[in-house]
Amino acid sequence: MPHARNPGTPLATDWFDAVHINRPAAERRAAALTTRRSVKNEHQAAWLLNAIRCMDLTTLAGDDTDARVARLCAKARRPLGDSIVRGLGLAAMPVVGAVCVYPTMVAGAVRALSNSGIPVASVATGFPAGLMPLDLRLAEIRYAVDQGASEIDIVITRGHVLGSNWAALYDEIAAMREACGDAHMKAILGTGDLVTLGNVYAASMVAMQAGADFIKTSTGKEAVNATLPVSLIMVRALRDYGARTGVKIGFKPAGGMKTAKDAIAWQILMHEEAGREWLEPALFRLGASSMLGDIERQLEHFVTGRYAAAHRHALA
Amino acid sequence: MPTVTEALNTMDYGPAPESAAIALNWLTRGPFGHFINGAFTKPGAVFDTVNPATEAVLAQVTQGTEGDITAAVKAAHKAQPGWAKLPGHQRARYLYALARLLQKRERLFAVLEVLDNGKPIREARDIDVPLAVRHFYHHAGWAELLDDEFPGMAPHGVCGQIIPWNFPLLMLAWKVAPALAAGNTVVLKPAEYTPLTALLFAELCIEAGLPKGVVNIVTGDGSTGAALVAAEVDKIAFTGSTEVGRLIRQATAGTGKALTLELGGKSPFIVLAGADLDAAVEGVVDAVWFNQGEVCCAGSRILVQESVAAVFTDKLKARMARLRLGDPLDKSTDIGAVVHPVQLARIRAIMAQAVEEGAELHQPGTGEGCFCPPALLTGLGAANVAMQEEIFGPVAALMTFRTPVEAVELANNTRYGLSASIWTESITTALDIAAQVKAGVVWINGTNMFDANAPFGGMRESGFGREGAREGMLAYLRAPAIKGKARAVLSVPAGLPGEAEGGDIDRTHKLYIGGAQKRPDGGYSYSAQGGQIPLGGRKDIRNAVEAAHKAAGWGKATGHNRAQVLYFLAENMAARQADLAALSSKTEAGAAVARAFYWAAWADKYDGKVHSTQGAHLTLALKEPFGVMGLICPEEAPLLGFISTLLPAIAMGNRVVAVPSQGAPRAALEMVQVFDTSDMPGGVVNIVTGPRVDLARTLAQHDDIAVLWVFADSETCAMTEREASGNLKPVWSENRARDWAGSEGQSRDFLRRAVQVKTVWVPYGA
Repeated sequence: MPHARNPGTPLATDWFDAVHINRPAAERRAAALTTRRSVKNEHQAAWLLNAIRCMDLTTLAGDDTDARVARLCAKARRPLGDSIVRGLGLAAMPVVGAVCVYPTMVAGAVRALSNSGIPVASVATGFPAGLMPLDLRLAEIRYAVDQGASEIDIVITRGHVLGSNWAALYDEIAAMREACGDAHMKAILGTGDLVTLGNVYAASMVAMQAGADFIKTSTGKEAVNATLPVSLIMVRALRDYGARTGVKIGFKPAGGMKTAKDAIAWQILMHEEAGREWLEPALFRLGASSMLGDIERQLEHFVTGRYAAAHRHALA
Repeated sequence: MPTVTEALNTMDYGPAPESAAIALNWLTRGPFGHFINGAFTKPGAVFDTVNPATEAVLAQVTQGTEGDITAAVKAAHKAQPGWAKLPGHQRARYLYALARLLQKRERLFAVLEVLDNGKPIREARDIDVPLAVRHFYHHAGWAELLDDEFPGMAPHGVCGQIIPWNFPLLMLAWKVAPALAAGNTVVLKPAEYTPLTALLFAELCIEAGLPKGVVNIVTGDGSTGAALVAAEVDKIAFTGSTEVGRLIRQATAGTGKALTLELGGKSPFIVLAGADLDAAVEGVVDAVWFNQGEVCCAGSRILVQESVAAVFTDKLKARMARLRLGDPLDKSTDIGAVVHPVQLARIRAIMAQAVEEGAELHQPGTGEGCFCPPALLTGLGAANVAMQEEIFGPVAALMTFRTPVEAVELANNTRYGLSASIWTESITTALDIAAQVKAGVVWINGTNMFDANAPFGGMRESGFGREGAREGMLAYLRAPAIKGKARAVLSVPAGLPGEAEGGDIDRTHKLYIGGAQKRPDGGYSYSAQGGQIPLGGRKDIRNAVEAAHKAAGWGKATGHNRAQVLYFLAENMAARQADLAALSSKTEAGAAVARAFYWAAWADKYDGKVHSTQGAHLTLALKEPFGVMGLICPEEAPLLGFISTLLPAIAMGNRVVAVPSQGAPRAALEMVQVFDTSDMPGGVVNIVTGPRVDLARTLAQHDDIAVLWVFADSETCAMTEREASGNLKPVWSENRARDWAGSEGQSRDFLRRAVQVKTVWVPYGA
């Protein structure tokens, strides 16, 4: 499942300096994505299942405990009720793409997921704001990796983007990438803080040049989290990076996506703007928590023809 | 249907068909007759209307005869006075009811449109039907406000309306809603290929309790349309091909029928290096792969700046590969069926010819039946057929340019002038190009944006008249009728010596061309007003038009600049008032001076509008001069008529080739000295005297004249309207003498007729 790493490139600001982003056009395209495509019946069920495969089931709350994380991991192993799995005609219980937690929760998550093959992702680098001394942020990455995380979701210093300090941003991310070692690195841009789509594109490009394996929209803690227009611009950025380098970069929208409809919408975006390969967990993750519950309800409806109730499904 | 596991492996979209069951059920009400006088007639001789995607016969509809048209027009005439007399509020209620009913049947209309036309359900559902609904709502408002907002204006009467097959319901809404709001009644002829939604709309008229005869719908082919054009209607509104528009222009010439034409296009889609290239690629999808490219304003000429052409073309080709061609009822279809095999054959023929002429064709995918995969032609120049001819199919032609100046030059290198799309993040560059392109609608960083409150219509051979908004209402209203006598036909002046003038030194009059006095090319004079008047001819008109084109700076001058010149002109006329009076009359000269001040006052005040359309969109309706105007001045009031018609035209920025009174041209020729002393740039005003009918014909036939005003006898009016069909210049012709000294001598009509509206859409967002 893990895809080839992104070796990165030297910082090249001309890869984004001359790129212009038009927000109304991006919003138009984003709005049309889900009106231009529709998935129904077996295909809809398949797309919802695929969303589970690509889901980074997440808890990032101040009241997280080992027990709460263990419960989440149990759901990650068995995201759907047995009757639904049978009804869908699946050979095996599907599993989520990863479980995503705070660094101190990694050890518990690794234990709870043992023998499942489900990777543990950890946020790091002073999540969510990232405003800690760099050495402490790098130390946090090493800690999380040491605890058993195989994927690290780092946050960038948004101020570097807002001040166009591309070299500082590049150096910081490159250092984080090095600290990650073999762990895959997802760079969280905090797009709600970056505000303009031009900033989003530039930050995406610098993160990829600095070696990010994935680019990720948000921490889930900004005022605005994953939106389709922002995601569109990030996907176009990774497409442009791929065209220049031949390297495939993954994409992870996170925060604010709660419904099965959202799961379909973002997959349509990936299918249309990036291609089929970006519907695999190696190149696409949905950072979500409550979305899984809605997907389970929709899948039960597909199986039984009756509308489902959340309380009849296991809590994540 | 695959299993869930299989679907999970492929991650295909799978089929997502919209059910056609209810629409098919409605079709069993056929075979259909016409809708005349509030009821459906018994079907007559019928023809099939076919689903182009499946070749299945959907229904049989009646071929409208001359008799059917006569009956419909009669019903419309009977209903019209009562309809017009209703308080605006009452008409508004009917239009509101139509809007609501349309909204309540939105899916039925959408599905029926897909079946009949072949367009994808997404477009019918998300674009055609909501815009049609919006149009009725908007015009319910105009009906309500008509008396307040258009005082003194009256409906034309009965409007004959002929609409195309590409947006059958939407074009019906564009035609019917404003006509009804203004107090007209209508006879509508839907396209032969796509009559069904119009017939369904007829049922809504019954449901809404619309008075009998207000809306009449007669189905049929081109011959039915021709019968409607020939019928006793007061106005013809046509949307369709330039070829047919030209025939209608000829057929209505001299009939007194008002005319608006919304015709073809070959619209430029300009991508500058400073554009969001991915956004522009998506723009091409919306421009030329929307509605199978069967869109009059399709941005089918893609002009890309050289420095980004390679990247842009690669992105465009990649995007094309993701377009889905197929079942129009499938919700995931981007491109449906071409409306008819005849149209498909035409598309293929032009593509083949384009390739033969050296273009490279990129067309991934194959289409069976009446389908045409999206195509891109590259490596071609402006001379290639695909850059010249409207294809009306999903075919884009791409060429490059080097600078914004060249982009404008290429953009305007066409007979058409419907729309333009400009892509750059520099608002400075975008608006500069917008100001220069010859197009009735300009979209900046967008394309194919429409709203009921945004005027739509063309320049050049894309037609004249606007649809939508306040400007569109004017197409269905007329100014008060002129009450004067019909003008007499003039005899052709002979180039022979006349009576002796005697006494004074001979006054030498010459033609006025390019700011200089010129002897007529033919070298003849004729006698009038006791003097020798140059007998101008074809070549003098040619020279005058060329001089007028060279004075293009006048159109770009500020209103204040033009006002200054016109005020100075008025001042100098006052100084020469006695001389002018000697050649006309004291009262006429006095009125002429006052009139000059009047039009000088307007020069910087006839503003455009900012229309309320969509959020975060600035929608500007700019009033632009046509350019070079031909003007046949009234024979009556030789000085005042000349001043009253010439000055509003130049106040708005036009340059004019004027033919003054034939019998009494001396005052106009005397004005030459006033122009010369008033800082009027050479070429803004050109005066050619001589045989008015011949000169009028030459002006009407001239392809480099954008608009023609003819104040003459009815024969000359008819002749110029007919001859103007060559380049489809709008003609304002009037065969009754005006009271030039009174209120007929100065009105908004002169301003309205002197400008054309350019709608510029500027979406914004940081």
